[in-house]
Amino acid sequence: MTEEASMRRVMIVLLVAASVALGACAAKRPAAAPPAAPAANEAVQGSGAGSANAAAGADEEAAGPQAGLLATHLVYFDFDSSEIKGTGTDVVAAHAKFLGGHADTRVRLEGHTDERGSREYNIGLGERRAQAVRRALLLQGAADAQISTVSYGEERPAVPGHDEAAWAKNRRVEIVYLAQPLPPK
Amino acid sequence: MRMRPIPASQLVSGRRGLAGALALMVVGLCPTHDARAALQIEITSGVRDPVPIAIVPFARAVAADGGLDVAEVVQHDLEGSGRFRALPRERMPATPTRADEIAPAVWKGTGSDYVVVGRVTAIDNGQLAVDFDLLNTLTGARLAAQRFVGAASAVRNAAHRVSDVIYQKILGVRGAFATRIAYVAADGSPPAQRYQLIVSDADGANQHLVLESRFPLMSPSWSPDGQWLAYVSFETKHSGVYVQLVRSGERRQVSARAGVNGAPEWSPDGRKLALTLGGGGGNPDIYILDLASQELTRLTDDPAIDTEPVWAPDGHSLYFTSDRAGSAQIYRIAAQSGAHPTRITFGGSYNARPRVSPDGSQLAMVTLDNGAYRIAVQDLASGTARVLSHGRLDESPSFAPNGATLIYSERDGERGVLATVSTDGLTGLRLKAPQGEVREPAWGPFSP
Repeated sequence: MTEEASMRRVMIVLLVAASVALGACAAKRPAAAPPAAPAANEAVQGSGAGSANAAAGADEEAAGPQAGLLATHLVYFDFDSSEIKGTGTDVVAAHAKFLGGHADTRVRLEGHTDERGSREYNIGLGERRAQAVRRALLLQGAADAQISTVSYGEERPAVPGHDEAAWAKNRRVEIVYLAQPLPPK
Repeated sequence: MRMRPIPASQLVSGRRGLAGALALMVVGLCPTHDARAALQIEITSGVRDPVPIAIVPFARAVAADGGLDVAEVVQHDLEGSGRFRALPRERMPATPTRADEIAPAVWKGTGSDYVVVGRVTAIDNGQLAVDFDLLNTLTGARLAAQRFVGAASAVRNAAHRVSDVIYQKILGVRGAFATRIAYVAADGSPPAQRYQLIVSDADGANQHLVLESRFPLMSPSWSPDGQWLAYVSFETKHSGVYVQLVRSGERRQVSARAGVNGAPEWSPDGRKLALTLGGGGGNPDIYILDLASQELTRLTDDPAIDTEPVWAPDGHSLYFTSDRAGSAQIYRIAAQSGAHPTRITFGGSYNARPRVSPDGSQLAMVTLDNGAYRIAVQDLASGTARVLSHGRLDESPSFAPNGATLIYSERDGERGVLATVSTDGLTGLRLKAPQGEVREPAWGPFSP
């Protein structure tokens, strides 16, 4: 290739790059970007500096039962453990009985950890705790369709603080009652 | 869009100088950064004998450059690396802006081994050119002379590229100043929490809000081409993995299956994500998701927590965290499913969240060290590990694309801040948000 030709090629590359650059700037922040491709599940739309605050109607929370042990919606755990212990056992039994007697009532079990350790590992640990509570509920009268689980790991602490007292309050499963009942069979 | 370098060789010959002029048309960072307060930098450690260098204020022919002090950005970059010491401006004997105006002996007399001069000039089409020269004061040799061209908004990027060239010419390692980081910022307490996914320059400046949510955002991961981020969002009150084009904001959900959807990490070829899925039974295992076909391949099947996958640079194997032996440790598995995982870490009771160095030789991780969670680097050939950080709750290490530095998060009192440490442990700095906490930094790739 002659230097002349190579020069021309450089010019073309530069011009193309420039037009790409301009195009990219013009296309900045669309009002609502379409989903790029079919997603595995329902697609969520986003925009430039998008906000992700979709409230899922089916997941609205309710106060839930409050009598006796049912007033307690929290089950606590030891460090790096998913074993339900002490009063937690009685709390879970009370909710299992309630769910067994109210077949259209739904709960979401939210598993949490303290801040120690890596974040995604803690997601796994929080899920393990939520599953431990789920299994205990199922064994004592609740039905599978009544229960969903989510793990927030260390992302949503109940209390701030970085000592054992705070950590003990953050290692928990929250039994969250949902407003929308199960559809009748 | 970034500034394109034009090598010095193209500037000196007349004909190639034309190429430099033509390159004026190219590039320019789109002016997209939010007017949000930049992270504040605090240098925490440096080498004992940093390289003395004088970075003379650049000549500025125009007001169109937004008043950016290029020399100051370069000085912050180089001093922030912990390996350079800049001559204070009040001690400069002169203010040359071109190589032929430099009297090397005079600068040698200030104790500077190197001197940098440069200028920002307006050229056609509202574009700016940033030129600089790097001289050795002992020999008078010109080590670098380069021009970067772009829009006024790209001058900061050009300054980082000047830093990259100086770092490489003097230390022999490619600089990573003209790169970006992604991180999560969190503010407020329940139920008024606010989570943000932010992209900024590697020095914390030039911030761009990618996504904001009332529900947790986690685990940002860059695509190898630096165009996309994968991350976890709980916006549906359930975990989901999303991929998002940083420039346009276009996004899509790629996994919201029952149970855990977490820890996405892009494959080196950009076509797949490794991720953690819990399934209805709730036990987290490692999977590979082909982004084009949506095809899912299961990589591990164990009652333990298997999570935090990361690819080796060659794409043939992955490292991940598992508590299958009773406590969290790091394992390696072939990317072709079915193979048995090999345990990699044996020192201590807790090793998690692996990241592989760009050359594949080292593993960064979180390790439990005398009751504190710290960042360690393990040499994969010898198995020797070194603890590099000194906090109590250090986490989320991420390698710079040149492999010379790690960025991670640590706790500074009540707040989460970002910190860096060189992989030799000698230098470090801290990046603090003016309010709230910042965490989970992910260092992006080199830009083209």
